[in-house]
Amino acid sequence: MPILEGQDVNKYFGGLAAVSHVDFHVEQGEIVGLIGPNGAGKTTLFNLISAALPISSGEIIFKGQKLSGLKPNRICRMGIARTFQETKVFANMPVFQNVLVGAFFGSQDRVSTADAAREASQALEFVGLSAMSATPIKDLTLENQKRVEVARALATKPELLLLDELMAGLTPTEVSEAMELVRKIRDGGITIFMVEHVMKAIMGICGRVMALHHGEKIAEGTCDEISCNKTVIDVYLGEDTRAGS
Amino acid sequence: MVERIPQLIISGIFLGGVYGLLAMGLSLQYGVCRVLNITHGEFVMLGAVLTYMFHIGFGVNPLLAPVIIGPLLFVIAFALQATLFRYLKAKAPAQPIFEGNALLAAFGMLYIISYIARITWSGRSFPSAYLSEKITILGMDFTLNQPIIFAITLALGIAVYLFLSRSRMGRAIRATAEDPGTAGLMGVNTNMILAFTFGLGALLAGIAGTLISIRTSVSTTIGFNNTVIALVVITLGGLGSVPGGFIAGILIGVVSQLVAGLWEPILTVPVYYAMLMILLLVRPTGILGKK
Amino acid sequence: MDITRFISTNRKLLLVGFLLLILIFVATFPLYARQSQVRVLTVILMYVVLTVSWAMFSGTTGYMSLAPAAFFGLGIYTMALLQDTLPFPVIIVVGSLICFVFALLVGLVTLRLRGIYFTIFTFGLVIFLTELVQYLETRIWNRHGWDVTPIGNATILYTMFIVVVVTVLAIYFIRRSRYGLALLSIGGNEEAAEHMGINTTMTKVLYFAISSMFMGAVGVVIAPNLIYVNANIAFSLIWSFMPILMAIFGGMSQLSGPIIGAVIFGYLEKTLRAQLFSYFMLGFGIIMVAVIVFLPTGIIGLVPMLRGKLGGLMARLQKGEQGE
Repeated sequence: MPILEGQDVNKYFGGLAAVSHVDFHVEQGEIVGLIGPNGAGKTTLFNLISAALPISSGEIIFKGQKLSGLKPNRICRMGIARTFQETKVFANMPVFQNVLVGAFFGSQDRVSTADAAREASQALEFVGLSAMSATPIKDLTLENQKRVEVARALATKPELLLLDELMAGLTPTEVSEAMELVRKIRDGGITIFMVEHVMKAIMGICGRVMALHHGEKIAEGTCDEISCNKTVIDVYLGEDTRAGS
Repeated sequence: MVERIPQLIISGIFLGGVYGLLAMGLSLQYGVCRVLNITHGEFVMLGAVLTYMFHIGFGVNPLLAPVIIGPLLFVIAFALQATLFRYLKAKAPAQPIFEGNALLAAFGMLYIISYIARITWSGRSFPSAYLSEKITILGMDFTLNQPIIFAITLALGIAVYLFLSRSRMGRAIRATAEDPGTAGLMGVNTNMILAFTFGLGALLAGIAGTLISIRTSVSTTIGFNNTVIALVVITLGGLGSVPGGFIAGILIGVVSQLVAGLWEPILTVPVYYAMLMILLLVRPTGILGKK
Repeated sequence: MDITRFISTNRKLLLVGFLLLILIFVATFPLYARQSQVRVLTVILMYVVLTVSWAMFSGTTGYMSLAPAAFFGLGIYTMALLQDTLPFPVIIVVGSLICFVFALLVGLVTLRLRGIYFTIFTFGLVIFLTELVQYLETRIWNRHGWDVTPIGNATILYTMFIVVVVTVLAIYFIRRSRYGLALLSIGGNEEAAEHMGINTTMTKVLYFAISSMFMGAVGVVIAPNLIYVNANIAFSLIWSFMPILMAIFGGMSQLSGPIIGAVIFGYLEKTLRAQLFSYFMLGFGIIMVAVIVFLPTGIIGLVPMLRGKLGGLMARLQKGEQGE
């Protein structure tokens, strides 16, 4: 059974279909990529999975359980964590407290203060930001803020991590570092579903890729299959895919 | 008592026109400038009191008073937006903080305007007696000014609606309300638009004040109650929706007359509040409101 | 001796000493001060509670509540209605609970929505209660306001001080707890907070309701000092705006900010308000706009700036001492 599954997922805004009849599945331990031009519905799909937006019709199933009707906080506790395209850190706190929020509230069971602090420290160390624990997060670079977002998500002890354009705006060196981080996360036992424009990252770490266009799934397969897929090339890869927006 | 219901309803519709006008101004100011202008009622008060002053002092026909008062209030509000609120927007690190600060600054302005007025003109009541001949419609009694005022508010409502939907400036205003950044990129002078809209809202408030002063006695203390009504109406009609505001105004007008006539005048606001709470439970976006 | 170093190493001790001084000051104040001054101190303490409890919710989450006047007024009226039936301490508890229930109801309906609706509805609650009470008084109870039997000024002062201590302690511990962190995260980014497992609606509702209890409590306590109350006095919007102004003036990032604001403004208000009411209100409006424009982070926000300037000054002095 796949860890995450979507069956005929639809999302309408008024008359406009942002996501249209999308089926997808993610197996445990995979790193699955989600690509497509801007406006294809990728972030919308993530918003449907995390319940940031209500689904119009269809079903999303996580570990055999239907997610429809559940609120984001419940879904987080069930084991899905995410980062956001427009970095949504808690700008009124230092770095450590940002991650601590995830540690305290994100896991299935109640966590003691000592355990939460430990989780937060470990998560920060995992992403390499222990040195910045006390810094106010608004003083950090965008790349580091994204890392804190990842640490915060990891602190919720997820089984599935949704990464939304983690590499956007990064230099090539930073992209490689981020790719390493993602591999490290998967090696720790967490399944990853990632939206990305940076093709180097997609081709480098994803086992499987899904492509969306105008809300519909236009292709799915391994990296090689996708990079040879005519529709994908016409619609997306042939376009000017810069390394992030 | 029950026989009075049709008259109360029609009375309410007539009154509701003014409420709709009140709401339109505030709706524009919040919808476009994102300032919940608590001072709105004070502009109504200024419109009302100045109309009385001009009528008694210079013999100016109340229906013509807006010609002078309107631009005056427009300029004051224009200046407020162009200086105070624009500064607050620039300084605020995030939108909710701006809206909070703007709200508090508006409260400060409320006290400033209200108490300058009270100090200048005292709090006493200024009676009205214009166009108050009794007339009969369909066997029910009204005063002449009621339907006239309603006709004026209706005309204004339609005019504003057409202005917003058809004219070039109206489109610029709507674009700025939707997405100020993009509007700016497309060549719209957003600062001008914001100031203009804020001024327009105050101008509409002033006209509402003039109309109110024709119907009933006014004083420098009426501002607050009018703000409350305007808030109730735009919450019902949906923040930022101009036609919704007008329809909601009529509804509230009818409710107010029914409650005052059949039950208890002092309970009108509690009834609105209870109505709104219940409505929120069921439909969080108001009648015609956007998100 | 290096003053700054002395202060930082002995911080905790100095703080405890300072608090002890305040305790002794308040406890002995009625013994040597005039009755009118005792009442002023009581009002200042009242404002401290209103300001701190307002900032506890609105300052952290960013949801601006205009309801303090509603809960304060409910407290006053609880005292007015129950003054002959229940003992004073019990009335304080009852008043707090009534506020809790009202806040819970309003919160449950409005905190699921955008912040602006919450603000409008807390504002509306004040108006609602004012008019409702006026209706009850004129039509049902046939009276104009209530007389509240005075209790000794010293008793009120001490009771108020106890409420202050309870409030400040409660808020201090909440701030430090995981729930304080949750509130702060809602203020930081509510959507992200929800995605980290926090039930934002319930958190907001619960803490809004808790903050209302302290406001109700001080309403009960101050009522005997007012001697006569009616709906316009009890639910006057000034009771909402003063705490907000005080909190903003003092600065909301630390617990001490609202306290400082309350002390300064409480003193000013009590001494100035009686004379020239209209001019006072006008001045209030001007100060409010001025504070929003020039001092958005409050006095506390100036501290880092001052510390920087002071540090620079000290460094220059030291360099000067070491010779040209």
